Amino acid sequence: MSPLILSLICMGSLGLVFGLGLALASRKFAVESDPHIDEIEAVLPKVNCGACGAAGCRAFAEAVSRGEMPTNGCIPGGGAVTDRIAQIMGVAADEMEERKVAQVMCGGDYEHAKLRSLYDGLQDCRAAVGASGGPKGCVYGCVRLGNCVKACLFGALKLSEEGLPEVDEKKCTGCNKCVEACPKDIIELRPVSMGVHVRCRSIEKGPQVRKWCSVGCIGCMRCEKACPSDAIHVLNNLAGVDYSKCTNCGKCVEVCPVGCIEQQGKAIIVRNAINTKSN
Amino acid sequence: MPKLLLLFISSAVVNNFVLARFLGNCPFLGVSKEIKTSLGMGVATTFVMVMSGIVTWLLNHYILIPFELEYMQTIVFILTIATLVQFVEMVMKKNTPALHRALGIFLPLITTNCAVLGLAVMAVRENYSFIETVVFALGGGVGFSLALALMAGIREDMKEDLIPEAFRGPAIALITAGIMAMAFMGFTGILPS
Repeated sequence: MSPLILSLICMGSLGLVFGLGLALASRKFAVESDPHIDEIEAVLPKVNCGACGAAGCRAFAEAVSRGEMPTNGCIPGGGAVTDRIAQIMGVAADEMEERKVAQVMCGGDYEHAKLRSLYDGLQDCRAAVGASGGPKGCVYGCVRLGNCVKACLFGALKLSEEGLPEVDEKKCTGCNKCVEACPKDIIELRPVSMGVHVRCRSIEKGPQVRKWCSVGCIGCMRCEKACPSDAIHVLNNLAGVDYSKCTNCGKCVEVCPVGCIEQQGKAIIVRNAINTKSN
Repeated sequence: MPKLLLLFISSAVVNNFVLARFLGNCPFLGVSKEIKTSLGMGVATTFVMVMSGIVTWLLNHYILIPFELEYMQTIVFILTIATLVQFVEMVMKKNTPALHRALGIFLPLITTNCAVLGLAVMAVRENYSFIETVVFALGGGVGFSLALALMAGIREDMKEDLIPEAFRGPAIALITAGIMAMAFMGFTGILPS
């Protein structure tokens, strides 16, 4: 018999024997898995974003079926998915918290924030920050190379023509991916109904802020005094909104001399109280 | 009998698969973070090693050699090992689900553990008899478990240590493995030359 046929027979029969052996073993050692897991996995968005805290959609489905995670754990899925999971598991749906969306906490676009150097390297925020903190004068500001845009699994972020990332609130699911991707911690999650934010991260003193950026918070305390509900406070030369108290009245927006407080939907307007011309 | 004992010591300690032959380094570094899981991995690998040693010896002597198909050794051995690993995984999933979860991806990766294939190939090259092959495989498995458990013990202790940032993680693990390999060289004198 030719070696070719012999080796074919040999491999074929070995494969057959091993295959049959494994098939028998898999029947003998079969592990019954909860059928709920597959059903839950089927209704999940399956983007494996990890916002729930599990290692992926499958891991989340397993945890829910064991009762270790709440039915409302899937953040991108939101209320609709929660209802369907609750239906599958036969339990009452857990209350959803208010939907959260990403908020870019920097207003330093090309027009208002100056560069101190030109960065010509890899077009990646982390790489740029590695090169002595990035090209921007303000080291707390957005480096405008769009790591957050690349991280977004839902196409909710894009770099605007002015050079800052823009969040499409309708598409944003609050999965936290962009927050993790930003090397400067500029993106935060906020409840979607909360409309007033301080779009600045700089904790430098006023003159230092103004040296580089005309829309940075200078810590002048006017917003704190104007706020009727004690919701905005200046800490480390930077104002911050307490979302649990804020009523979206917009008084702080009116008094801010640099216009770094934004009311939702309104673009940043530089008010003329301070001369933004610098050397 | 003394010959078999020597063979066992040789494959377990002196020519340790991980630290002297540098085979199976992937699970050695991957699963050596906790003593418990490393022992589980060691037992699973030892089982696969002994079983694959036995089966490959039988296949080699009763199928490959009589039909003059020795050139098919590698693929037949790989097939055998893959099947055995699948089998071990099934048994483990059924009987010890916690260990199955802890080992994770490293369990199916025994398939590509070069120590297992290396053992089968070496047993053929050295022309071991059936009993010798079993002892050789058992020694190799015990040696692998030993290296894994020692490494896990060291790494458990190292968790508390202040390691310079640049050396943390895989770097210090590789340095530790290197020093352990040097220490194991000291066993060379045990064997009569």
